[in-house]
Amino acid sequence: MTATTNDFSIHVATVNGSGSQTANTTLLRAIFQMGVPVSGKNLFPSNIAGLPTWFTIRVSEEGYLARTRRNDVLVAMNPETSLEDIAAMGPGSILILSEGVPVPAIPADRTVYKIPFNKLVEPLVQDAKLRKLVVNMVYVGVVCHILGLDAQEVDRALTGQLGKKPKALDMNRAAVNAGAEYAVQNLKPAPFGVERRNKTAGKILIEGNQAGALGALFGGVTFLSWYPITPSSSLAESLQMYLERYRRDPQTKEATFAIIQAEDEIAAIGMVLGASWTGARAMTTTSGPGLSLMTEFTGFAYYAEIPAVIWDIQRVGPSTGLPTRTSQADLLSTVFMSHGDTKHIVLLPATVEDCFTFGTRAFDLAERFQTPVFVLSDLDIGMNTWMSDPFQYPEKAWDRGKVLDAAALAKMPKFERYRDVDGDGIPYRTLPGTDHPLAGYFTRGSGHDERAFYTENPETYKRMLDRLAKKYETARAEVPPPWIERVPGAKIGVLGFGSSHWGIVEARDRLAEDGLLTHYLLLKAIPFSPEVRSFIEACDKVYVVEQNRDAQMASLLKMEYPELATKLRSILHYDGLPIDAQSILDQVAEREGVLAR
Amino acid sequence: MTPVETNGKNRIGLTVADYKGAKSTLCPGCGHDAITGSIIQAAFEAGLEPHRVAKLSGIGCSSKTPAYFISRSHGFNAVHGRMPSVATGVSVANRGLTLLGVSGDGDTASIGLGQFLHMVRRNVPLLYIVENNGVYGLTKGQFSATADVGSKAKSGRVNELMPIDVCTLAIELGCGFVARSFSGDPKQLRPILKAAMSHRGTAVVDVISPCVTFNNHEGSTKSYLNVKEHDAPLHDITFIPSYENIEVDYAPGESREVTLHDGSRITLKKLGQDYDPGDALQALETIHHGRREDKFVTGLLYVDPEKEPFENDLKLVEAPLATLPLERVRPSREVLAEVMAGLMTGSA
Repeated sequence: MTATTNDFSIHVATVNGSGSQTANTTLLRAIFQMGVPVSGKNLFPSNIAGLPTWFTIRVSEEGYLARTRRNDVLVAMNPETSLEDIAAMGPGSILILSEGVPVPAIPADRTVYKIPFNKLVEPLVQDAKLRKLVVNMVYVGVVCHILGLDAQEVDRALTGQLGKKPKALDMNRAAVNAGAEYAVQNLKPAPFGVERRNKTAGKILIEGNQAGALGALFGGVTFLSWYPITPSSSLAESLQMYLERYRRDPQTKEATFAIIQAEDEIAAIGMVLGASWTGARAMTTTSGPGLSLMTEFTGFAYYAEIPAVIWDIQRVGPSTGLPTRTSQADLLSTVFMSHGDTKHIVLLPATVEDCFTFGTRAFDLAERFQTPVFVLSDLDIGMNTWMSDPFQYPEKAWDRGKVLDAAALAKMPKFERYRDVDGDGIPYRTLPGTDHPLAGYFTRGSGHDERAFYTENPETYKRMLDRLAKKYETARAEVPPPWIERVPGAKIGVLGFGSSHWGIVEARDRLAEDGLLTHYLLLKAIPFSPEVRSFIEACDKVYVVEQNRDAQMASLLKMEYPELATKLRSILHYDGLPIDAQSILDQVAEREGVLAR
Repeated sequence: MTPVETNGKNRIGLTVADYKGAKSTLCPGCGHDAITGSIIQAAFEAGLEPHRVAKLSGIGCSSKTPAYFISRSHGFNAVHGRMPSVATGVSVANRGLTLLGVSGDGDTASIGLGQFLHMVRRNVPLLYIVENNGVYGLTKGQFSATADVGSKAKSGRVNELMPIDVCTLAIELGCGFVARSFSGDPKQLRPILKAAMSHRGTAVVDVISPCVTFNNHEGSTKSYLNVKEHDAPLHDITFIPSYENIEVDYAPGESREVTLHDGSRITLKKLGQDYDPGDALQALETIHHGRREDKFVTGLLYVDPEKEPFENDLKLVEAPLATLPLERVRPSREVLAEVMAGLMTGSA
């Protein structure tokens, strides 16, 4: 084993719409099947076809799944970007270049392989259009040989994807073989390689949006309305795929779910509120711009106390620009979303497993607390491929919250929709269709009393607001608690959330190697659980890592714990790319005066 | 002919009082209160079960009115212009409910036009009443998008913009039940409302409802006097519910009959030219002609009882989605194992 065995990254530069996904997944899966941990990240433009796109496969025996700045192996298929792509490669790297792409003068300490991809694919595929797609499989064959991948695993990975389409499988297999044969005859193996290990047994590979969809499926979702928006559409589409497969009666074809593609995000959330007010488990999924459109309804739901599950797969900023890049910048606007005094329950998945768990849990919390619950994921978690332990079947039944049926009403002298009967700030509700004369009530926004009657009485309004605040306090103890790692001897802490987790894990390991030990708190939800305060109190200082410009999480923490504000330092990353360990490491090392490697 | 039993109770044993709501807070004489009265009477005569009714509205004077009828039902006073989306969610979550939606001309034709059209396009089953007075009442007298060209506001300003006609738009999008009426004509409005309650898709009922405070002066086309003078009913309407076996005797050629999907019937007695409410083109032409002649053409403008409601498109199970137990909506342990196995091998 050399220093670069099982620890490098492959960068594939293609044109979007060229069908490189199957090729890249084949490589990713083949390495995974050889027992070596991998992660796959897709850097793609907001375009259908013709613009540059890059796919990065990180191979890490140690199991680091964050983005890395290292570019060890480049596959340059796109003539438009080849000059830039090649210039970004450092000493010791390997360049696999399609014959015909523009090539600058390349320093001698890079290994260059020029491959006649088009010539190799020509005899295999007649149709010129198809050839453009299949040519990508040739680089799979080349990489397979150069990096020493097990050809059988490559074939298995390909069959896994195309096994149901024998013609396509044959054609693609031939292309892989053509690439591999050419490499065997003409190319020497690279100084990088993959050796078989046993670190992926029993693991799965999945994207966060797919995991979230599975969570919703096992959470018993019955209603989804949504409006297409990158990067959240794949959550809705995965859910649709699973619901069609597992929740439609094979004989009668009847569905235990409804999916509506709404006319916009306002309608999407309006439908969710109508459905969940009626008693369905209803959700929507969107990204920042769509969330903005949902603002008015969300505030209404907070005051009228209607459950809703809203996924926000965060991306960068408004409208056109970087809609296909990642960020954690919707945090503040989500926590306080809407007009008036509002504060929401927000879940913060860091892993695909969290996406699955919260996919179910968000419904329980929304119905328990009769309020919108947000799941704040992002493009990096949602649309990239992650290795994970398999998901666990939910052992608990669902929590539908405080719902009174006709039998319960029959035992009651009266029903008051907004009365805090139990002292936890959570009132009881009834569903339309409940056959009891007491069941009906009138839902409206802010101005109502305990009986749901219209009022503008100042004391009543203040009482309602205070009860909503009390309900939020009750939620503090029931939302998912943070994950905490306390390290003996450490004085400083690192606090993060969401996809920043993976960069933090790796940065902390490297800081520890340099002698800087850190405690770690991974936030899983807002409102903050009591452990968050005690964690900050126990540290001399805490580095808050987040992917936005304005230190939004640090701001929330300072609002919540003003007396601890001086302990908080921000590590920020906001260039649209997923955060990497080096970015964290550099910023911490500089301020701590340790030498970052 | 009223389908009411002599003891003041309807077919499910309830009295008119059981269909009433809170006291109205609208201006005395408001057309909307007259419509509320017609809704109460229609719901009573139709024998709607209050617990199976969901009342929905947006924002505006009209949207307050669901508080003034059937207080035993659940009500949802949503945000401005967005009631159609809420109604869509309610309807899909529990297909056993009867939805009564009340909106206004600002709520429907301005801020809510998009949602209104998409609701019609989907054919969400509900009675959607537009209480149309051509003016914003709660914000004190601004023109709405249904104000007629040449109509004068209280401030003296004259509207120059083309009005949005919710009925022609609904017909254009294939709505299966489109009617126009006048708040001052309960004899026409009640049978229309009852028929609309029996229709199985979206029923749009545009009711001209003069605003006594901001739009009842000379020069306003939607003043009470002007509407009364220019009301041009197409026919006399009788609604015969499915559970009543009544024959209405008209001479041949004098009337038309429409049978709704639930077996109830609408009888239309000719008042002038023969009008076929099954002909969308004739409907559009008649409305346009009426406008040219400064007439409000009222009656059942268009009906297609066989149009498939939205829920059929979704192929839902019989039981309401809202009532499905956990075991019907959480797949088994084996399903999760199958999915996980697929994700391990990449053959998911």
